[in-house]
Amino acid sequence: MATVSLNNLVKKYGNLEVVHSINLDVADREFIALVGPSGCGKSTSLRMIAGLEDITGGEIRIGDRVVNDLPPRQRNISMVFQSYALYPHMSVAENMGFSLKIAGRPQSEIDAAVADAARTLSLEELLERRPSQLSGGQRQRVAMGRAIVRKPDVFLFDEPLSNLDAKLRMQMRTEIKKLHAQVQSTVIYVTHDQVEAMTLSDRIVIMRDGHIEQVGTPEEVFQRPATRFVAGFIGSPTMNLRDAEIADGKMVFANGDALPIPPQFRDKVSAGGKVVFGIRPDDVFPAGHGIHSGDATDVHTIDVPVSITEPLGNETLVFAEFAGDDWIARMLNPKTLHPGDRVDLSFDLSQAHLFSADTEKTLRS
Amino acid sequence: MRGWKPAPHVLLLLPAFIVLAAVVIVPLLLSLYSSFTPFRLTRPDSIYTFIGFRNYERLLSDWDFWVAFGRTVLLLTFALNLEMVLGLVLALLVEKATRGQRILRTIMMFPMMFSPILVGFQFKFMFNDNIGVVNNALQSLGLTNQAIPWLIDGRLAFISILTAEIWSSTAVFAIFILAGLMAMPREPLEAAKVDGCTPWQSFRYVTWPFVMPFTYIAMTIRSLDIARAYDIVKIMTDGGPAGRTEILWTLIARTAYSDARMGLANAMSYIAILLSILFTVIFFRQLAKARQQIGAEW
Repeated sequence: MATVSLNNLVKKYGNLEVVHSINLDVADREFIALVGPSGCGKSTSLRMIAGLEDITGGEIRIGDRVVNDLPPRQRNISMVFQSYALYPHMSVAENMGFSLKIAGRPQSEIDAAVADAARTLSLEELLERRPSQLSGGQRQRVAMGRAIVRKPDVFLFDEPLSNLDAKLRMQMRTEIKKLHAQVQSTVIYVTHDQVEAMTLSDRIVIMRDGHIEQVGTPEEVFQRPATRFVAGFIGSPTMNLRDAEIADGKMVFANGDALPIPPQFRDKVSAGGKVVFGIRPDDVFPAGHGIHSGDATDVHTIDVPVSITEPLGNETLVFAEFAGDDWIARMLNPKTLHPGDRVDLSFDLSQAHLFSADTEKTLRS
Repeated sequence: MRGWKPAPHVLLLLPAFIVLAAVVIVPLLLSLYSSFTPFRLTRPDSIYTFIGFRNYERLLSDWDFWVAFGRTVLLLTFALNLEMVLGLVLALLVEKATRGQRILRTIMMFPMMFSPILVGFQFKFMFNDNIGVVNNALQSLGLTNQAIPWLIDGRLAFISILTAEIWSSTAVFAIFILAGLMAMPREPLEAAKVDGCTPWQSFRYVTWPFVMPFTYIAMTIRSLDIARAYDIVKIMTDGGPAGRTEILWTLIARTAYSDARMGLANAMSYIAILLSILFTVIFFRQLAKARQQIGAEW
């Protein structure tokens, strides 16, 4: 068990800087997810923590040790790779016991640890098989087994579920969460899938182009995104984000259509200011079909035409045209709508977000 | 013949069969038959005298033949093992090169581009006891003031031949092993690092099992190569002096062409071929096992 801290961590490949001086403190036993689009530096950061990449600048501490110059084997970490990275010539049991064998532990201890991990991950039946005889999900479990057998200070996961199909991914997600509850150790989990990050972690680190955009609990990053990027990245379907200009106490969009300024931002903006208006599909809905339809306070309703609908059974996503563009709205207790139908679209402005168009940072204080 | 019409598939395959029979099967049967005769090139009639297994019986108790046989096995063992180790080292070094790897790979293959005859001449010259660069270098470095009889002393001549053989063919191992290294996924090596392996342990437990099948393929090819070794030895020592470096095929060629005893020579060849078959079977078994071990999909 250990804390992990990154202080002004920098990674350069030649002249190309891919991680720009990031800072992060991971608490003991915390499950933290690094999330971002590909190329944002999340995997590189993880690999630096693992010791698989050199550190160009700054320092990494695991517990109270600076590990910059320690090889991976001295960091007491274990890692689960996207491609599982099992040893093809070893059986499942040998794969899981390998780290202990290398550490020179007695065979009886290895067997006990492997049996223990196999029970946790329901791999008992497969111990004698080789990786090539396993399905993707089973290989993934073996990879996790290999990680937990050695009881490391920190678990590192590098997109562990990306190679699985959607159904299996959900199942393994639950298993990882259970596993963390059981083994209670520090986890750093890299993923490009915001749903994985939201469902699994205590805190989420959203990265972009080698910078950290925001660190927060899933609720925080969802409800109070610090930047336009975070707002667009977290949440599914994605938030409606539109450029607007403040004029006459309203937000005017490119084509001249306007909405009132959300009440919580009224004293944050001034006339002529360029902003980005953001509102989640949950907070845009055909009147009477929203999450907050009963008690929403600052609801602004406009009559707009429907472009298309995507029925999901319990709800329908409605794409409705406003301000020259399609906005995504979420309709609960769906009624049938056809393209071209007109609908009273309600915007719950109390839930809306405003970002500065220049800095892309939130205008919320 | 009118009205006789062979089935189309027989007709279509017939040319292939005729060619195969003419160039492979007939010579093979003829040579096998001649090994049961006292056939001498100087007395063509002798091919019609059938003597049964007498040639083979005679070879079983022929000391010179078995010495040559043993020497061939010895050459094979030394050459294969040394080439494997050197090829492995070469491949690991070339694989580490981040720049100019392509050039290095090409350079590595240079020795294979020379005819073994030329390699033989070159090494014969280099190991010459009077004017060779090897003795010259040793003397200039003050390591010895003698003219070391590289190609005359039996053991030294064996080492000289081995050197030439290794120089010309280590690249075979290097290329196969390099192919294995390049086909190897990176992640298991990284997993090994995280699992606590030192670089040596990573090699021992992860890299080596993975490249082993590639080594066996190279072993098979090279064992066939060396079991039929002839040219380099012919040029460098011609089996001499006084038979001190005689190997199977120099002996067989001498028996067949110089002594003109074709029947006996053919009997020797059939015994020699058993050696090649034996090694091929051994290495293919190992290859199958190793492939299964790494779960290879080829």
